[in-house]
Amino acid sequence: MATLTVPEAPTRSTPAQAPVDPRHRAFTVLCVVVLVVLAALWLVPMLWAVDTSIRPESEITASPATWWTSHPSLDAYRQVLSAGRMPVWYLNSFLVALLTAVFAVVVCSMAGFAVARVRFRGRRIVTGLVLAGLLIPPQTLIMPQFQEFAGLHLLNTYWALILPSVPTSVAVFVFASFFSGLPGELAESARIDGAGWFRVYSRIFLPLCKPAASAVFIFTFVWSWNNFLWPLLTMTSADVMTIPVGLNVVQDSYGIRYAQVMASAVLGALPLFAVFLVFQRRIVEGIANTGIK
Amino acid sequence: MTATVAAPAGALPGVKDEPRAAGVIGQTRAGWGLLTPFLVLYLAFLIGPAVYGLLMSFFDGSSVRPGLGPFAGLDNYTEALTSADFWSSMWHTVLFTILTTPPLVIVALLLAMLTDRIRRGKWFFRLVFFAPYVMPVTCVGLVFTWMYVPQTGLFATWLGALGLPAPAWLADPNWAMIAIALMTVWWTIGFNFVLYLAGLQDIPRELYEASAVDGAGPGAQWWRITVPLLSRTTVLVTMLQIIASLKVFDQIYLLTAGGPNYSTRPVIEYIYDVGFTDFRTGYGAAASMLYFVVILAVSAVWFAISRRRA
Repeated sequence: MATLTVPEAPTRSTPAQAPVDPRHRAFTVLCVVVLVVLAALWLVPMLWAVDTSIRPESEITASPATWWTSHPSLDAYRQVLSAGRMPVWYLNSFLVALLTAVFAVVVCSMAGFAVARVRFRGRRIVTGLVLAGLLIPPQTLIMPQFQEFAGLHLLNTYWALILPSVPTSVAVFVFASFFSGLPGELAESARIDGAGWFRVYSRIFLPLCKPAASAVFIFTFVWSWNNFLWPLLTMTSADVMTIPVGLNVVQDSYGIRYAQVMASAVLGALPLFAVFLVFQRRIVEGIANTGIK
Repeated sequence: MTATVAAPAGALPGVKDEPRAAGVIGQTRAGWGLLTPFLVLYLAFLIGPAVYGLLMSFFDGSSVRPGLGPFAGLDNYTEALTSADFWSSMWHTVLFTILTTPPLVIVALLLAMLTDRIRRGKWFFRLVFFAPYVMPVTCVGLVFTWMYVPQTGLFATWLGALGLPAPAWLADPNWAMIAIALMTVWWTIGFNFVLYLAGLQDIPRELYEASAVDGAGPGAQWWRITVPLLSRTTVLVTMLQIIASLKVFDQIYLLTAGGPNYSTRPVIEYIYDVGFTDFRTGYGAAASMLYFVVILAVSAVWFAISRRRA
């Protein structure tokens, strides 16, 4: 699949060569206008959240839907970061998302390599088993999973969030399809030289699978950071909450102080915006290639 | 990752029989060895709970006492299937899917076509339409709750400026689901938008040039070339969207908590309520299984469609 950021081929849109029909030009202008209006609509909620967060509380109460303020301030951010538990939640979210993503890459790339490259007995059964996992929505498992983690005394620990999110069928398939696209001679020649299968995987195939690994890493990280239902069930102590669950509590504790609520919302979204800006291309390609949702 | 793969299953690359090389036993050991970490976690935390959930659904279990509880046979299923609350939550899930799928497919297509047409600044529009998708649901919920405030909220002020009466959005049973759907469209359209942009990249430019020579205007080109050639993408986007919408919980829980008066409670919240508030785990498991059957049926339809097209 073509990447979305490649500079367009010169044939792409060169009306200069063709005689320009004025109707076409008017149509193009119309398209741009519609697009700009839609983009403005999409920007409004984000801009409004930022705008509200920098206004003094008295002004917001007086006229909530006004945009401009004569006294912009970052007080709300200062209060959220110093008085609230936001920094703890950041740390929790970061550790959970990072560990989940690292484990997922390691565990699923090994499985993907085995499925794609090793001709072992029982491979078809394993493939079927992994396929079955695609059909199970995690939401239908909340009760047995909750009982399991309660029984293991792992509620309110990072492990409750990490362990169920590591083994995902999609990640195995992403790695398997990547590995099977690599030339077979790579493995054969290493095998002839006497390398074990684990060595072939770790020394030859793993270093080559950066595109697949980064897609799985980024998607697992973002998904884990934004996950809501499962952390809501398992993280009941405010010290171990992640950002999405913690922010759910914020609204109640701040009551009507909208600047602080909006500042929390902005701070909660900020790290992922940063991730998105840095990895925009990989995220977009990852979606286009795998349809991970 | 809650995820679905685009490629129809069964078409796993590399799983074809190759001539058996020497060292089959060594390969078997290596294969299972490499799979062990994945399989242990997978069986322990996904397949295991799935099987246990099925088992639970046949018992009258309660989370306030240990064990499965007394055997109940199909009683839980009969109760769920005859429960008005279960069916109304099922309907809310379906209603949400009906309200969100058409705009999330059609508007995404429109945005992608418009963005694809322009020559400069594509990155900006991709950023604007996709950025909400990476935001945590709680942040989106906080912002939209604030925008939906009756009388003084942003939406109420806008409608007031147009001389229209503003509904009480989240407090009005007739409007609450629409308000939730609107937020969802804003929040998640970026994903479908990106899939459509990728689909548009695969349409050969020569087709447009040839049709322009034949005198086709932009409207005819969209209708005769773009839309038909995107049909594969449209099937993919639509099915992924239906499955994603059927899983709705987070945004409803955050905006209305299923209210007002249970008028927006989706099926996952129903399961959550009976399992974690009423402590009826066996009954909750049965409701989960019924819901799972619905997801499975939709996936099966998708399978059939993509098989026929392939």
